[in-house]
Amino acid sequence: MNNPIEMIQPDAKTQARFEKIAQGLKKRHAASRRLKTYGIMAIVTAISFLAILLTTIISNGYTAIQQTELQIALTIPAEKLQNDDGAIDPVKARNFNWNGLIKKAFRAEFPDVTAMLDKRALGEILSKNAGYDLRRQIEAKGVIPTGGTKLWIKTSDDVDMLMKGRLDRNLDESQRRLSDQQIGWIDKLVADDRIRLVFNDTFFTAADSREPESAGVLGATVGSAMALFVTVLLALPLAVMAAVYLEYFAPPGRVTDFIEVNINNLAAVPSIVFGLLGLAVFLGFFGMPRSAPLVGGMVLALMTLPTIIIATRASIRAVPTSIRDAALGLGASRMQAAIDHILPLAAPGILTGTIIGIAQALGETAPLIMIGMVAFIVDVPTTLTDPATALPVQIYIWSDSAERAFYERSSLAIMVLLTFLITMNISAVLLRRKFEKKW
Amino acid sequence: MDTVVDMAKAIKIQAKDVNVFYGEKQALNNVSIDIEDRSVTAFIGPSGCGKSTFLRCFNRMNDVIPSCRVEGSIMMGDVDVNNPQTDPVLLRARIGMVFQKPNPFPKTIFENVAYGPRIHGLAQSKAELDDMVEDSLKKAGLWGEVADRLADQATGLSGGQQQRLCIARAIAVGPDVLLMDEPCSALDPIATSVIEELISELQQRFTILIVTHSMQQAARVSQKTAYFHLGTLVEYGDTKDVFTLPKNEQTEAYISGKIG
Repeated sequence: MNNPIEMIQPDAKTQARFEKIAQGLKKRHAASRRLKTYGIMAIVTAISFLAILLTTIISNGYTAIQQTELQIALTIPAEKLQNDDGAIDPVKARNFNWNGLIKKAFRAEFPDVTAMLDKRALGEILSKNAGYDLRRQIEAKGVIPTGGTKLWIKTSDDVDMLMKGRLDRNLDESQRRLSDQQIGWIDKLVADDRIRLVFNDTFFTAADSREPESAGVLGATVGSAMALFVTVLLALPLAVMAAVYLEYFAPPGRVTDFIEVNINNLAAVPSIVFGLLGLAVFLGFFGMPRSAPLVGGMVLALMTLPTIIIATRASIRAVPTSIRDAALGLGASRMQAAIDHILPLAAPGILTGTIIGIAQALGETAPLIMIGMVAFIVDVPTTLTDPATALPVQIYIWSDSAERAFYERSSLAIMVLLTFLITMNISAVLLRRKFEKKW
Repeated sequence: MDTVVDMAKAIKIQAKDVNVFYGEKQALNNVSIDIEDRSVTAFIGPSGCGKSTFLRCFNRMNDVIPSCRVEGSIMMGDVDVNNPQTDPVLLRARIGMVFQKPNPFPKTIFENVAYGPRIHGLAQSKAELDDMVEDSLKKAGLWGEVADRLADQATGLSGGQQQRLCIARAIAVGPDVLLMDEPCSALDPIATSVIEELISELQQRFTILIVTHSMQQAARVSQKTAYFHLGTLVEYGDTKDVFTLPKNEQTEAYISGKIG
C-alpha cells in the first residue's frame, strides 16, 4: 500500500500486549476448531446409527410388501353353494369344504404323489387359510367362476420365504423348513410360470392371524387410532385447564409448588407404572373391559397429561405479559384474558406439545401390555370397548413369533408405525410455523 | 395557561398513606396525594423510585404481582379503590391504562378497539359498536390514518400508531381516568410529540396520570408534577412551580440533572 500519511504506531508496551495476545490466538482457534470437529463427529455418529437402524428395518421389511401366490385351475361346484334363485347362500358357502377342494385340485396335478406323508408335504405348499381366502373372494364378487378357471391362491409362508430368497437352499435338509422334495415341486411350478409375487394387500386390510400370509396391521392401526382418540379427548382439555389454572389462578404457596413438582415427576414415571395403575384402577376397581382401546386410551392419557401440561404452561409463559396486562387493564377478568388472548397465542405451542405427546403415546407398548391389549385379536375393532391391540404391541407380538415370515412383517409394521410418527412430528412443525404469530 | 392553573379544580382522586410492599421490601412510603379532575398529573423521579408502582395502585394492576401488597386508601369519588371488596374489573372499566411498550393485541385494528366495549357489553348492536370504535379512534387522533384499514393487523402499525391505538382501546371503554406508564419511552421524537399533543387534547375529557422519565415532557404536558425519590413523595405542586422554584433540594438536584 502506498500510504502518504504517517500512521501513529502504538507504544512498546501496547505492542508487547498485542503480541502476547497474538501468540495465544493460534491455540485458541485450534481449540474452537477441535470443538467444532467433535460436534460434527457426534452428529455424524448419531445420523449413521439412525441410518443403520432404518436400513436394517427397511431391508428386513420391504419384501413383506409382496406375497407369493400359486395358480390352480379350480372347478367349484356351483350347485352346492347357490340358493334356488342362483345367489350364493352364505350358510352353504361357510359349510363348504374349500380347503379340501383346493387341495384335491392341487394334488390332482401330481398323480405320482401317493404316499400319505408326501401328500401332506404337497399340501404344505398351500396356505392353511387358502380356503377361507377363496370363499371371501368369491363372496365378495358374488359370482362363481366357471369350471376349470385358473385362480391365484396364496402359498404358505415357507414357500413365500423361499421365493423371496429368505430360505437358504444350501442348508442341510433337516435344518430347513422345506424339504428337497417340496423345493423340487416349487421349482417345477416356477418353471411353469405358475408362481408369482403380488402386492400384499392383506397386510393393510386384515387384523392379526396365526398364518403370516393372512396377518395384517389394520386391526392394530384401528386399535391405536381409537386409543389415541380417547387419549386426545381426555388429555387435551384436562391438561390445558390444569395448565391455565396453575398459571393464572393457583395461589402461590406450598400446595401449588407441590403440585408443580409432582407434575414434573409424573412426566418421568416409567410408562409401565401407568399400565399397572390402569390395571389396578380401571380394570380391577372399575371393572372396565380388558384389551379395550377405551382403557388403553385412558392409560395413555394419564401418561400424556404431564407432557401436555408442561408444554401448555411453557407456551402460556411465552406469551408476553404485556398482552395479559393490556387485557386486564381494559377490565377483562382473568378468565377472559386467558381465553380471549393468551390461549389463542399459546395455541401453536399447545398443539405441538399435544402432537408430540400423542406421538409418544402411539409408540408406547408397556402400559398397553399391562391392560391386556397384547391379546391375539383377529377382528378389526369397531367400538371402543371391542378387544383390540395397538401397532407397537402388534410389532412386539410378531417379533416374538417363530415364523420367519412374521419377522419381515414386523419390520414392515415398524415402517408403518414410523410413517405415522414422522407424519405427526412433521405436521407438528408445520402447524407451528403456520399459526405462530409474531409481534 | 395561567387561568387553568389558577382555577381551583375539583379533586378527582385522593390517595392517603399509601404503602406498597414487594414481599419484605417496601417500595412506597406513606404517599398521600390529591389528583385534580381533568388535568394532567406527572409522576417523575429516578428509576426505582416507585412512581410506576404508585401508578399501578390506581387500577389495582399490582394485584397481578403475587408478592405485592398495597396498604392505605385511595378514594375515587365514593369508590374505595384499595378495598378488597371493590371489583377490579369494574374499577379498570373506570380507569383506563396505557403501558410503556405499545401492546396491541395481535388482532385487527377494529378488534383491538372493540374488545373493551365487547367484554363489558357496552354496545347493543354492531352499528353501535362501529360508532364506538370510530369515536375512540377519532379521539385518539388515529381515525384518519386507519379508517380504510380497520381489518388490518394492529401489529402492522408503526410504534407511535400502535401506542395511539392502545389509547383508543382504553378510551373505548369510557373511563374518566387514564393512567399512562411512560407512554413515549419506546417512541421516536416525532411520534412522541404527536402523543403529547394528544394528551393535551384528552385532558379536556379525562383525568390523566402520567409517569415519565422525560422532564421536558412533564413540563410540556402536565399541570401538576409529583417528584418521587426512593419510595417517598418528595414534592408535589403546580408543574411550573416544581420546575422553576423547587422547594426541595433533591427535586432541584434531579431537575437540574445532578441525580437521575
